[in-house]
Amino acid sequence: MPTINEKLTEEIRTQAKALLADGTVAAVIGYSRGSLPMTVKPTVVRASEDCGKLVWNSFCVLNLANYLPEVLKSVEPPRGPRDPKPEGPLAKVAVLATGCWSRNIVVQTQEHQVDRDRVVVLGVASRGMVSRRKVEEQFAGREILAVEEFDHDLVIKGADFEEKINRWSVVRDNCQTCTRPDPVLVDVRIGEPASERKNPNPFQQVDKIEEKSSDERWAWFTSEFSTCIRCYACRNACPLCYCPTCFVDDAKPQWVGKSLDAVDTGLFHLLRAYHCAGRCTDCGACESVCPMGINMRMLTKKLNKDVLNLYGMEAGMQPASPLPLTTYATDDPQKFIVTEAKAVKEGE
Amino acid sequence: MKVFRLSQTELDNMVQGWSQNRRVYRPAAGRQQSTHADCAPGWERVAASTPLTLPPGPSKTSVKTFLFPQPETMQTYTLKSSDPDKGLMKEPQKATEKQIIVGLRPCDARSVKLNNLPFQEDPFYQVNLARTVMVGFTCSAMCATCFCDQMGGSPMGTEGLDIAISQVDGSFIAEVLTPVGEELTAEIRLTPAEDSEINALAERRKNSPQADFAKLDVLKGRDLNTLYKAALWQTLGESCINCGACTFNCPTCYCFDVQDEVVRGQGRRIRYWDSCMFPLYSLHTTGHNPRGQKMQRTRNRFMHKLKYFPERYGLFSCVGCGRCVKDCPVNIDIREVMSDLLAVE
Ligand code: SF4
Ligand code: SF4
Ligand code: SF4
Repeated sequence: MPTINEKLTEEIRTQAKALLADGTVAAVIGYSRGSLPMTVKPTVVRASEDCGKLVWNSFCVLNLANYLPEVLKSVEPPRGPRDPKPEGPLAKVAVLATGCWSRNIVVQTQEHQVDRDRVVVLGVASRGMVSRRKVEEQFAGREILAVEEFDHDLVIKGADFEEKINRWSVVRDNCQTCTRPDPVLVDVRIGEPASERKNPNPFQQVDKIEEKSSDERWAWFTSEFSTCIRCYACRNACPLCYCPTCFVDDAKPQWVGKSLDAVDTGLFHLLRAYHCAGRCTDCGACESVCPMGINMRMLTKKLNKDVLNLYGMEAGMQPASPLPLTTYATDDPQKFIVTEAKAVKEGE
Repeated sequence: MKVFRLSQTELDNMVQGWSQNRRVYRPAAGRQQSTHADCAPGWERVAASTPLTLPPGPSKTSVKTFLFPQPETMQTYTLKSSDPDKGLMKEPQKATEKQIIVGLRPCDARSVKLNNLPFQEDPFYQVNLARTVMVGFTCSAMCATCFCDQMGGSPMGTEGLDIAISQVDGSFIAEVLTPVGEELTAEIRLTPAEDSEINALAERRKNSPQADFAKLDVLKGRDLNTLYKAALWQTLGESCINCGACTFNCPTCYCFDVQDEVVRGQGRRIRYWDSCMFPLYSLHTTGHNPRGQKMQRTRNRFMHKLKYFPERYGLFSCVGCGRCVKDCPVNIDIREVMSDLLAVE
């Protein structure tokens, strides 16, 4: 019996092949096999005969929407920065999308980064992606040489061991708390749709930090980010980060110091998180790619919570309305704004 | 060469003894909750309580942080108008204090020598090199991501080390390789290793994977322009997200940039790690960027390590530690890139 993922892989290959063969799309963004256990390579396929290398499994942790604007551009006829847009319809691109990734495509469309008409969404319900880090921590000190995936278990193999573990137990935190595994955009359905998951409080991890005293919160923040090496993998893996020059890279003026000063590192993370407010879908790509195992996702998750509680909005769920931070209403809650009067009162 | 045999306790005592009056660093045990001001992420000062046991494979972050710190203060100055020295660039006092790095692997030790080729005339690197003592651990086993032998090193190699420690059954054999190493061990009463133990170690070294330069030789013979124009870069560049995970954790990546930082009138000119993966890396003041595309940046990383550096210095700028393979978010594997390059006709 083929596993769920083997069936999905087969379907993805068939659909991608058909879309490329009849010229509906010029490229398909998917995943191919990785060179290490629990890794996959994001891959752009441009020829129908190459579709056999596409795979789907529990280790597809990067958000493929991240590649969409660039791949869309790559299939346009080449033109200079000031040349007008060519006449006629431009070639399309197909992209695999789970619940969160599809919501990112909605945000990209709202922000005019992506032309929805040029995208064919291969919608696939996510069963939750596995955290390679969680598995490695469970097997600390032992080298994992192969991981075989079944529907509900993973078999972890090393030179002198073979152990079965429950798949859900090592699914990423963001996936475990996710309520919408099914894509909100589907042009071509892969596999079966999934229903909403019940979760009375998806923000439990954030609440735990909020419950701390301000000193403890500061201790958490400084400790959590102390090992950041400023490689910016978290930023670069994020489909929301598309500024041509990021504020941390800018050298003229230099907004943030460039070395490993705790203040600079903290500033980078706080500002990055704020830039994602109302736009982040909690896809977890940032956290998954961090080489140092930092849980920077807690910051964006906190902002997701605030945007939901203050404005009743969730990224990618209201395609027709403006993004929460690009608009305002006269009755917007503003209790969090520190006014001079309030500051004086508190100081008394 | 002196060779000693130590038990785990003797080893711990020796290292802790050094830390009484010197700075001694080791790879951090487990996930760090904080970092020392004088020590980069991934490393910690040796503490009395933690025994020196290392997981297989290289440390999380590389040893380069001690020789090529992130950042290095090159000059200091003041901008306070009240100060008569306003605007004068001053050289900070050079650190001379010895630092002992314990627990680096043969790959990292080799990287120090390789980086010394471009940094031969770099005063900062040289000062740090002169004050750094390297006490390495050879590898009894290679990890799935290790390929030091293919890059001209070997898991039992001692190149670049002052003291090489090998685990043999329950105890350790320490080979003292340099005068600095001798100085460190002279202070302590140690048991010389038996001849049989020395022979066993030599035997093990002989049977371990040996440095192999075959790939280097083939790549050296290949035409640079043909490799530069190869089709593989397009595919690689397309999936690469241009982060710094590979280059920052790589022991043999040594690019830097220079910036001034001024806080309340006090300025410092620092050099800090740069990465050829970053868009600002090759940006000219005119606004032109010769490596404006992602693909060009990805290509540069590999061409530098596998072609430009070897053309200039005769060795790969890679020691096969496998950190980039492990840490790359999109599984770009330098071993695959190498075989793809070897296949380019
Ligand atoms: S990916 Fe991790 S180490 Fe890199 S910048 Fe982000 S938090 Fe820091
Ligand atoms: S090769 Fe991998 S680690 Fe390096 S910049 Fe590209 S994505 Fe980041
Ligand atoms: S290129 Fe990769 S394998 Fe080679 S030295 Fe650097 S991190 Fe290690």
